[in-house]
Amino acid sequence: MAKSVLVFAEHLDGKLKKVSLEAVCQGRRVAEEMKTTMTAVVAGSEETLDDEIFDTLARFGADKVIAGKNPELGEVMPDALTNVLSAVIETESPGLILLGATARGRDMSARLCAKMGAPLAMDCLKIGVEGDGLVFTRPVYGGKIYENLKFKQSPGIAVMRPGSIKLVEAQKALNLEVLDVETGTIDLTFVSKQIDTSKVDLTEADTVVAGGYGTAGKANDILEALAQAWGGAVGASRAAVDEGWHPLAEQVGQTGKVVSPTLYLACGISGAIQHLAGMNSSRMVVAINKDPDAPIFSEADFGIVDDLFDIVPLITERIQTIKANG
Amino acid sequence: MEIIVLMKQVPATESFIEIAQDGRSIKTEDLNWVINPYDELALEEAIRIKETHGGSVTAVTIGQAMAQDAIRTAMAMGVDKGLLIDDPKALGADSLGTAKILAATLGTMEYDLILAGQRAVDDDSYVVGPAVAQYLDIPCITLVTKQTLSDGKIQCERTIDGGTEFVEAALPALLTTQRGLNEPRYTSLPGIMKAKKKKIDTQSLADLGIPSPAGAVSETIAMELPVTKRAGKILEGDTPEAKADLLVKALQDANFI
Repeated sequence: MAKSVLVFAEHLDGKLKKVSLEAVCQGRRVAEEMKTTMTAVVAGSEETLDDEIFDTLARFGADKVIAGKNPELGEVMPDALTNVLSAVIETESPGLILLGATARGRDMSARLCAKMGAPLAMDCLKIGVEGDGLVFTRPVYGGKIYENLKFKQSPGIAVMRPGSIKLVEAQKALNLEVLDVETGTIDLTFVSKQIDTSKVDLTEADTVVAGGYGTAGKANDILEALAQAWGGAVGASRAAVDEGWHPLAEQVGQTGKVVSPTLYLACGISGAIQHLAGMNSSRMVVAINKDPDAPIFSEADFGIVDDLFDIVPLITERIQTIKANG
Repeated sequence: MEIIVLMKQVPATESFIEIAQDGRSIKTEDLNWVINPYDELALEEAIRIKETHGGSVTAVTIGQAMAQDAIRTAMAMGVDKGLLIDDPKALGADSLGTAKILAATLGTMEYDLILAGQRAVDDDSYVVGPAVAQYLDIPCITLVTKQTLSDGKIQCERTIDGGTEFVEAALPALLTTQRGLNEPRYTSLPGIMKAKKKKIDTQSLADLGIPSPAGAVSETIAMELPVTKRAGKILEGDTPEAKADLLVKALQDANFI
């Protein structure tokens, strides 16, 4: 049997990250193909780790769940988490380590790969099995090119980009191992944090409604309304962010966030190459723009050539009606 | 305050990237090379810290002769010294190899603070900054949008998913940058003239007494263009209402609603 797959599942104050569950699904799929098992690892304090987390990990297919507990892990810093994860890796000696591509996950994976001298595939879109090895597909040059990568040694680390796989449950019996873990040498001190729970996180949203220069900064309300009708998030092009119409956190593109939602609605976005790089892995793209020659139309599945101020509210109305009628 | 900025020259973000004949690399001719946008934030922040706290800023980069342009631009912004590591073995290194070379180089230099871009917009790997900190055994704070220095400590505001986090560490430390940290300045004509007179230190790995990096731990087997088989179907209708109806129907048919 091949060496196991180890998935680090990240949570924020006891709530599992969606991308971590996606990593669990990827891990399960790879483990099945390699005829091995998948172990999910979570770390936190007594207060932040509860049965619901463990049950969820088993429900998505973890053969084993390892819970690393330490009172100091209430507010987790990437250095402490990396130490905890390395200790688990040492005892479990997996063949592949998976994380979700959150800010925390990327930070930890970079530390881990330096610590272990291990190969790393950052922001993976796909893990394929080829012969007896794995091929990792990841975007480079801001998504203008995809790179296919093979690891030359084991274990390797792959960091899964949000939206890389559909969440599918695969119930396993919960096999839980609770460990008292050491935080090891740490040099970062947590001071405080501010979390905006009122909005869906852009990189985790199933639907993204993005505004560009064509909104003239006057469409925030209608974009927000459409995003809410879908239960999604608002994004923006760099031009719209530079104009101050949207916060930096909403920027999609090569120097902003890379998103892979199920549905991406580009409103008043012309489709500069840097923007396309940030959204071209979306499953379905809809473009709404007055300019029939906007490059975004050739990158869209469906296009509407019209005024977004007319079209967007009409779509919102229709979605609301459909959702209200179940 | 001695500050080192880790910098990389990359294809400009507006570049159209093509795959080379070998199918595993990109065509580098005809590309316009610029300072990695996240490294520009690092340069600007370093210069601002120097302007407030005194000291000097050194830009370190691995590259070929053309990387001198990047260092000159950094100097025109206000960087004092530049070190170019020009060595084919260094250029061919992977992220970990690069980090090892940079850490070995920095190990012989004085620093209180190291600034680096969160990622280079070519390989998008996010590894070099944290890996350098790991090898130098100093604290690393990633995705910084604001920093405050006092009493040998640095407090940072950093991006986390869904919010912001405030973290503190002792100096020396390494920070990686996030958009929002600052707006990099434009180079001025006097700045450019002054930069022309500054000396760029160019060294090979042998000059620096650094062993060649070990072989890469991963291999690029192929590069491909993203498959965008999008239909680009324009929904025609006489009124906005008709077009909206067509879209909603199309999305329903495809099970997106």
